[in-house]
Order: sequence, then C-alpha cells, then structure tokens
Amino acid sequence: MTEAQVFERLNRIFRKLFDDDSIVVTRATTANDIEDWDSLEHINLISAVEKQFGMRFQMKEVSGMKNVGEMVDILLARATK
Amino acid sequence: MSIEIANKLEWPFDSEWILSNRRAIKRELSARPGLVTKKIAILGGSTTNDIAVIMSLFLMNNGIKPEFYQSEYAQYWQDAMFDNPELAEFAPDIIFIHTTSRNITAFPSMSDEKEAVDALLESQYDHFRVMWEKLAETYRCPIIQNNFEPPLFRLLGNKDVSDNRGRTNFIARLNMKLYDYAQTHENFFIHDINYLASSYGLDRWSDPGYWYMYKYALALEAVPEFAFSVASIIKSIYGKNKKILALDLDNTLWGGVVGDDGVNGLELGPETPTGQAFEEFQDYAKEMKQLGVLLTVCSKNDEENAIAGLNHPNGKLRPDDFTLIKANWNNKDINLMETASELTLLPESIAFIDDNPAERAIVRAQIPGAAVPEIGTVENYIRCVDHSRFFEVTAFSKDDLKRGEMYKANAERMKLERQYENYSDYLLSLEMKGEIQPFAPVYLQRIAQLTNKSNQFNVTTRRYTAAEIEALAEDDSHICLYGKLTDKFGDNGVVSVVIGKIDGKRLHMELWLMSCRVLKRDMELAMLDTVVEKARERGVEEIYGYYYPTAKNKMVKELYGFFGFEKQSEDGDGNTVWKLNTADYEKRCHVIEINGAK
Repeated sequence: MTEAQVFERLNRIFRKLFDDDSIVVTRATTANDIEDWDSLEHINLISAVEKQFGMRFQMKEVSGMKNVGEMVDILLARATK
Repeated sequence: MSIEIANKLEWPFDSEWILSNRRAIKRELSARPGLVTKKIAILGGSTTNDIAVIMSLFLMNNGIKPEFYQSEYAQYWQDAMFDNPELAEFAPDIIFIHTTSRNITAFPSMSDEKEAVDALLESQYDHFRVMWEKLAETYRCPIIQNNFEPPLFRLLGNKDVSDNRGRTNFIARLNMKLYDYAQTHENFFIHDINYLASSYGLDRWSDPGYWYMYKYALALEAVPEFAFSVASIIKSIYGKNKKILALDLDNTLWGGVVGDDGVNGLELGPETPTGQAFEEFQDYAKEMKQLGVLLTVCSKNDEENAIAGLNHPNGKLRPDDFTLIKANWNNKDINLMETASELTLLPESIAFIDDNPAERAIVRAQIPGAAVPEIGTVENYIRCVDHSRFFEVTAFSKDDLKRGEMYKANAERMKLERQYENYSDYLLSLEMKGEIQPFAPVYLQRIAQLTNKSNQFNVTTRRYTAAEIEALAEDDSHICLYGKLTDKFGDNGVVSVVIGKIDGKRLHMELWLMSCRVLKRDMELAMLDTVVEKARERGVEEIYGYYYPTAKNKMVKELYGFFGFEKQSEDGDGNTVWKLNTADYEKRCHVIEINGAK
C-alpha cells in the first residue's frame, strides 16, 4: 500500500466521521485543524481507522501520536487490509 | 433515503455503519417532522458521550428527540445525592443511570466469612438504593438503571458462580436485589445489560484497552446494541411501542403455499426441521398475545384457504387468536392500512412479518413508520422479532391481557350497529355503563399510559409520567377524572382522561383525551356531563377548553364547539381557545348509565 492510498482511505474516514466532504488531511494535520475533532471524537476516529485498516493501535500509540503523519507511518507498517 | 435510514436503525443493524455515519444519520433524522422532545439525564459511572449520541439516533427513529444532561465523568452518585442546580434546572423527563460492574467498589475477599460477604452486599446495594430514593423524591420521573454484567475475571473459575466469595456470585446476588427493588417500585426500570452482554458475547462486550484509555465500560462496537436497548425502554415509556403484529401466512407461519400445496402439504410440526421452526414461531407469536399485542393476518390468499391453514392440526395459532384476518388479493400496504383503521390504531403501530422481500419493500415504502424487519429465514424469525423490541414491556396493566378480546368485541359491536336504523337505539342496545371518577391508585398506570399513547382524540397532546399523574391525583387545585366504559360485549377498561386546573371561578382544561376504540359512543358527552357537575360543585362558572393542533388530532379540532363551548380566539398556528358557562349547561349524555345512576 502506498502512502497516497493510505491518505485516500483516511480522507474517506475523516469526511464520513465529521460529515464534511471538504476535509483533506495531510501529514501535518492535527486535531486543531478540524473543528469537531475533540478528545471524544478522537476515540471514534481511532476505532474507525482500526476497522478500516484491520489493525489495533497500542495504548501508548494512541496517546503519543502528534499528527496524521505519525498515524500514517504506523498504518504503513502494520495495516493488514 | 429516509426509509432506508429508518430501516437501518432496526434490528439487525450494522453497528459499524451506524458508528461511522452517525453525523449524517443525525442530520437526516433531526429534520423529521413531529418529533417529541424529551429531556434525558444520563448519570454515568463511565464515559457516556457516545452512548448519548447513538441513543439519540434510535430515539429519533421512534419519534423522540432527546435533549441530554450528562454527568461529568463518573459523577453519577454525586450528581444524584447532592444539591445539583444544573440538573434541577434541566428538569429531566427520564434519568438513566449508566453504571456497570466497573462501579462496584468492593468485592468479597477469599478470607471473608458468609456474614462479611452479606454485609458487603448490603453496603454495595445501599449505595445505589439511597441514590434511587433521592432521585425519585427530587425529580419524580422514571429512572432507568443498568444491572451489572458479569465480572472482568473469575478468580475461582467455574466455582466463581456458586461460591459466595466469587465475583460472579456476588454480582448475581446484587442484581437480585435490584430486581426486588424494581418489582416494588413503579417508575423504576432495569436495563438488562447482564443479558445484553451475554447475548453480544462477554469478551467482545468490553474492551479493557478502551477502559484504561478512555474509561469506556463497554467496547465502542457494542455501543449501538446498548443504545438500542436503552432507547427501547424509553420509547416504550412514551407509548411508542408497536401494537399490532401483522403476520403473513405462506412461508411465514408455515412452510409452503396453502392454496397450492393444500393443508396436508404444509410444513408445520415435528416431522421436519423446517416444520419444527414454524411451529415454534407460531408458539412465540401466540405468547405475545399475553402482552396485549394484537395479532392480525395480512396474506395474499383466499380467505377459505387461509382459515384452513390456520386450522392445521400441528398449528399453535388458530383463527380465533387473530383480532382481524385480511386474506385477499389486495396489495398488502392497503390491507395493513385498513387493518389499522378498523382497529382505530395508527398505521405506524404495525410490525409486519413477511418472508417475501418484495412485499416488505412495498410496505416499507408505503407505510412510513411501520416496522418491517429483515426477518431472514424461519430458524431466525423468533430471534429477529425478539431482539427488535417492538413490544418492550414497561407498564403492564391488566387491560393488556384483555386487549385482543376488547378489540374483537368492538368488531362485534360494528356488526350489531348495522342492524339498527336509529343510532341512539343502537347505543341504548349496548347497555353501556360508565364509571367516571377522580383518579384512583389502581388506574394511575393506565392513565399515564393513555396520556402517552393517545394521539388522535387528544386536544392538547400533553404527556404525563406515572409520577406526574400520581402527583395530580393528590392535588386539590385540579379536577382529574378517568372514564371507564363497560357494555354488554365486555369491559373496555379506562378509555378517557380529563385534567383541568381550577383558577378561582374558572376551570382550564389541560387534557381531554379518549381512546378511539370508544368513538361514537357518547362517552365524551358523559365525561363532559361529569366535568361540568364537578366544576359546579367547586364553584366554577366558566370552563376554558384549549385545542392545539398536531399532525394527528384533527378529529377533535371542533370538539369543544360540539360540546357547546364558544370559540374565544384562534392564533396563526390554529391553536384555539373555547369557553363554556356552567350555569347554562344541560346534561348531554342519555345512553350511558354513569356511576350506577341513569
């Protein structure tokens, strides 16, 4: 899977979750960039990403990711689908 | 799109789809007309945010738009026990206490003697009991309390369930105490997460990682199942249960087509696996009659064949078990609409079971609000209907047991009506006896149930909880009457409720409703006679009536005019105000014997 493909799938998840078709995430995107992305929505995001990519984040990863780029790196390493 | 969403929120639903599309679903559902707003306080022992969001979807799908109050994290007990201006101002219609086994603060230790375990059980129980009592006294609204799911681990393995020091055993005993409380307290409902967790699969039910990270007591994936279940209780409290189970026949109640295969060619009974499944489903449907569910047939068949099939020797359901049988070649949506209208119920009170996906699709498209589950194949029928919670029981009155008979008696009355040329002769022939009295304790539940169920003959459509009705019954500044009607065909039970507030020499009618099953029996006039009589006794000179239009109560738009009230005003929304002088009033009802006097 290429990084571009990961972003394409991530964008689909973000748009559906936040009900906003204009969202485009990049490596630098953080929770501050998307209005509704608060700590509670973060949980839903993590869960949706886990489902989509067939993997689980470790507890320390969930609290440690600084931006979407770090999430993408983990997905590139561990996604099973 | 809307039909599709409604169906996607019925069991069996796709939890993942609901979780990831929640915003779009919410946007769509919020736009629906006619939603009733209810204020729900969630007092949580763990994170409740997602539960509230997903619950709101299922509630809106049942016509209820919730507003939520949510405790700060795990503050359920403090919120309940100490002065809480925010919650008081919120004035909840319902309080839901979302606690789980994670909120049990102490379990027995292996060195405990029996007495110590018992004492611990009492103290854990008391922690909850004092909270319920405080909440009931402060907010006088229904309380929904989770029971406890099995524990995180079983130190004693299989013995954990039988040894009183085992957590499994301790939780089971604690749950029993909750049930005892529920049995002795009205307006207190157990949300059975112990069942839900086992039905869902205990290991999938909770996700320890989510607990450590986000303080989720259950896995995110399980939230829709959980929210659906709580929402079922809430919609039931507000009278949004289905009332009719309409059943197709061929391949729904038996295997095969009775018109083609003949009665002897049907698969029903112990001889084949499929036959067993149909027999058990018939048994299940028959059991539901006891809850007051009305069974009807909606089948494309000659009536003769339908009846023959229902008399199959291995069948459990007999023609007599059905309130109404529609076996003909009309479209099913038309038959179902007629079923509803003949039973004076709303089409959306139907749950329709049919094995044929094409028939289901038509009914779904033509009758919005009716439930048409994706029933699957016969071996799954019972599970599907049971999990759908169409008939979730909260209040269970004696009337429920007899409801099928009452509706049947109504059909007989209709037959008799045709024999009389003069309508009042017909009414007199019914030998009606009315009981119109101030609210009495035995009927409080039924009265509250009626205020939540009646949509058509209801001038203000005000909803009351059982607690509010109880408070009104004791309140001297109100005239509150229930009306019960019996005739030679049977007892109709409590069918009418009126509530008026006395203000000096004036009486303001806050509620006037009647069950449509006694329409055109002059029962409304009997109620009016009694209202005026009681009003005069209290020195009332003027009675004010109010009509607030809704999508469903057009039939009573002119009720007060018919009563002899004079219209005082009408605003742009069609709300009208009416007035009657009690001095000029003469008795209107001459066909019902009221409270033993002609």
